[in-house]
Amino acid sequence: MIAFEAAWKVFEARSGELTTAVADISLDIAKNEFVCLVGPSGCGKSTLLRLAAGLLLPDRGSVSIGGERVREPRSDTGIVFQSPTLLPWATILDNVLFPAKMMGVASPEIQERAKALLKLVGLEGLERRFPRELSGGMQQRAGICRALIHNPAVLLMDEPFGALDALTREELTIELLRIWTTQPKTILFVTHSIPEAVMLADRVVVMSAHPGRVAEVLRVDLPRPRSFQMESADEFHRCTQRVRQLIFGDRTLQAA
Amino acid sequence: MAAWEIACRQLKVPGYLVPAPSAIWADVTQKYGLIAGHTVATMRTVLLGFAASIIISLPLAVVIVSTPLLANTIYPLLVLTQSIPKVALAPVLVVLLGTNEMPRVVITFLVAFFPLVLAIATGLNGVPAELIELGRVCRAGRWQELVRIRLPYAIPFIFSGLKAAITLSVVGAVVAEFVNADRGLGYLIVTSTAFFQVATAWAALIVLSIIGIVLFQVVVIVERVFFPWALSSSS
Repeated sequence: MIAFEAAWKVFEARSGELTTAVADISLDIAKNEFVCLVGPSGCGKSTLLRLAAGLLLPDRGSVSIGGERVREPRSDTGIVFQSPTLLPWATILDNVLFPAKMMGVASPEIQERAKALLKLVGLEGLERRFPRELSGGMQQRAGICRALIHNPAVLLMDEPFGALDALTREELTIELLRIWTTQPKTILFVTHSIPEAVMLADRVVVMSAHPGRVAEVLRVDLPRPRSFQMESADEFHRCTQRVRQLIFGDRTLQAA
Repeated sequence: MAAWEIACRQLKVPGYLVPAPSAIWADVTQKYGLIAGHTVATMRTVLLGFAASIIISLPLAVVIVSTPLLANTIYPLLVLTQSIPKVALAPVLVVLLGTNEMPRVVITFLVAFFPLVLAIATGLNGVPAELIELGRVCRAGRWQELVRIRLPYAIPFIFSGLKAAITLSVVGAVVAEFVNADRGLGYLIVTSTAFFQVATAWAALIVLSIIGIVLFQVVVIVERVFFPWALSSSS
């Protein structure tokens, strides 16, 4: 569904210095697969996500979705940012409808869909509220609804739970998995939480920094539906250990 | 007020220096029609100049924000208009535009518009990168990005600019009336002081400050009524 083929992205700093954000990334993501990108900061995971979103174009290589080259943002992708990024002047419902309005596909059915999505994430009855009246977790829920409003085949998530407290984070993790089960999508999820990545993903893509490269792609063989009880499973430990090893190398992670 | 009145009476301050409030009030009631007429004239200049500021500042700020190249040519020009003393410019403008309302409105505009342009440009440019990305992901064009994201985002900034502009409009109108007018509170101050009618000048001064406060409050109320979300997000 999403294919990176030897993709490179180089940024030029104001000083003229060139930084390679991602180098030679090749990655195939299957339809309705849940893939998490993990890596230290500066490993280019957000860049990779923006390449898939069509917000950035690769300098070399290519990125394609459904066999089509990504040259600009596509109408079959939805994106969730780290901050909810809601429009403060619009109600929750209007925020969720925003992409549909922008793409000129607002209709009574879309309205119904927005309400159904808000109900799905437990925001029923808050449609007329403004973002500032909602907690961070609720705002991010609305952000997820907004990304899903036009029923995209691909959902791109850039550390969507990064700014939330640990409890809300777990709640939303389970909620996201539930949504994904009822409305299957290809999800590319950027995080720097190793347990979160393992809990969510079919495959975890571990990246290394300077320049951003794929260090290893790890398959998580935990059964679905997932739950936090699985955190005690051997497979969970094997995966998190392996990811840690890849990120921190041979540096021992023991407190003296 | 009371202290002012008492001080004037006890210290026997001559009326041609600082008139007591009671003297000013007596003057106002006596020359009610005259002062009202001048007030209307000044209000007219203030509001026309303020309107011109809005009408010109908005597109100007949009242009500045959208094209860095044009911004680099426009900014020095804007700074130039601000560095010229308006009192010095006024007589030149009268020669240029004639002895009518026009030079007064232009002066008012020149005094008032600069902070408004800066505020709008700051607001339009201050949109968080993620909101812009959201627009792009939603395949919004540049016009949609401007109207649906940048302008609404800039509303709190625009209002702080409007608050500065309305206050400066009053200043600008009076400056213009000092130089060239046959009506208006600025003109009234000049002529009445020339004839030692100091109470009248003070009355005009008080009316001017009331105009300033009232117009400022109108802007505040418009923001509160039409853009309540802007208040809570900016404070």
